Amino acid sequence: MESDIKLIDADGKRLDGRKIDELRKIKIEAGVLHRADGSCYLEWGGNKVVAAVYGPREAIPRHSQNPLKAIVRARYNMAAFSVEDRKRPGPDRRSREISKVTSEALEKIVLTDKFPRAAIDVNIEVLEAEAGTRCAGLTAAGVALADAGIPMTDIPVACAAGKIGSNDENGKKTGGHVVLDLGKREDNFGDADLPIAISPRTGEIILLQMDGHLTLEEFDQALTLAIKGCNIISEIQKDALLEKYQKGLEVD
Amino acid sequence: MTITSSIKRDYLYNLAKNGKRQDGRDLFKFRNITIETDLISKAEGSARVKIGNTQVVAGIKMNVGEPYPDTPNSGVITTAAELNPLASPDFESGPPREDAIELARVVDRGIRESGVIELDKLCIEPKEKIWIVFIDIHIIDYDGNLFDAASLAALAAILTTKVPAKRFDLGEDYPLPVKDPAISCTSVKFNDVLIMDPSLDEEEIAEARITVATDSNGDIRAMQKGLKGSYTVDEIKKIIKVSLDNGVEIRKKLFESVGK
Repeated sequence: MESDIKLIDADGKRLDGRKIDELRKIKIEAGVLHRADGSCYLEWGGNKVVAAVYGPREAIPRHSQNPLKAIVRARYNMAAFSVEDRKRPGPDRRSREISKVTSEALEKIVLTDKFPRAAIDVNIEVLEAEAGTRCAGLTAAGVALADAGIPMTDIPVACAAGKIGSNDENGKKTGGHVVLDLGKREDNFGDADLPIAISPRTGEIILLQMDGHLTLEEFDQALTLAIKGCNIISEIQKDALLEKYQKGLEVD
Repeated sequence: MTITSSIKRDYLYNLAKNGKRQDGRDLFKFRNITIETDLISKAEGSARVKIGNTQVVAGIKMNVGEPYPDTPNSGVITTAAELNPLASPDFESGPPREDAIELARVVDRGIRESGVIELDKLCIEPKEKIWIVFIDIHIIDYDGNLFDAASLAALAAILTTKVPAKRFDLGEDYPLPVKDPAISCTSVKFNDVLIMDPSLDEEEIAEARITVATDSNGDIRAMQKGLKGSYTVDEIKKIIKVSLDNGVEIRKKLFESVGK
């Protein structure tokens, strides 16, 4: 059975050859879209995500306006061709939930009281999905917001940690390993997944979800690992923004 | 609804009257086109097409399904287009509106009528099992002329599609059976001037729009006129000729990018 698959070997090497605290390959590019006020293209392992920010602009419909501050509306959407079995286009319960928690996370970071009655729209489009799209989406959104010049307290960043390999070949329970950034099969057959988003400057956690089974001690380990991952990715985000603006300064 | 200032309108009118355009192009010339294929490994075929700043991603997924009763020996194509709010401040999320539906249907018609996908070869068991080809088109950045960008992306994706037979225990994967594609070229008209491949600004002041899909024999495979304006017969003839010329160029580019 495939669920008996060995996710980690005796030397602590994972299916894709990564170490337990190693991220998949991440590539970030800022300012990729022409129309958007800010945008970002991000590749993270097998994930490919584009994010675009529009705003601040008048919030429509009117009743959605807040007279005291701006609203942040993130919309997470998966392309029909982004997964193995075609996904029916349009929002489903899962993407609505991700949109909601992402909006709330971003709202914490954006200085919304500067723009009463306005909306800041963050569109996250998943072109290809392979575990960890919500983290990829939020990380891309952070870069797109910064690229749009939206005043923020920080550039938000997300990463997941999890637990794999608590079943040995004979299906017996063993200790298991807390690992950084679950891959597709680790997510499907692993024991727990803990995606978080933080404000890297202060270390505040702005998004946290968990499914699976972790002991208190494992949770502590996973959280520390995920924060470590976030801090690494935060540097890649800043490099991407820096690169865009340095490129803009070059004279040809 | 977008509002164009009359100063911009007059500016574009005057340029066009003198045979010029905002970006320095000739009236009947396309912007720079780039085609990338095989960018989504989860999809059976995929492509990203840029025409100027307009950017479109198309992906193909295939499934086994039942044929329609009236065509028991042929596969099925469905085309859907999403005008993502990502692509423009004017696009909203939600179910496809009429412009997205028109876009999908015009692209669909170009593909269907040209017979680029050999549907009769997509029959697995007559009356029982056939392949369904899902063509999904995502608009990522909108700077005019979605019709051509969308159909070119769909074609590039189709020409690089592999039928996922292995996944359905139907033998080895093989390339999707395809024939000669029809290339669509869109032009608009304003103030009695015709221009090819309108940018967003030009589209906003357009009075009439026409899309012509032509094949490698120089025959017309699909057409669609849109907007409120009208054309004279001479104008239509002129447009068909220009569309054919551009079609030859674009076809060459398409074949180069998909390695044919």
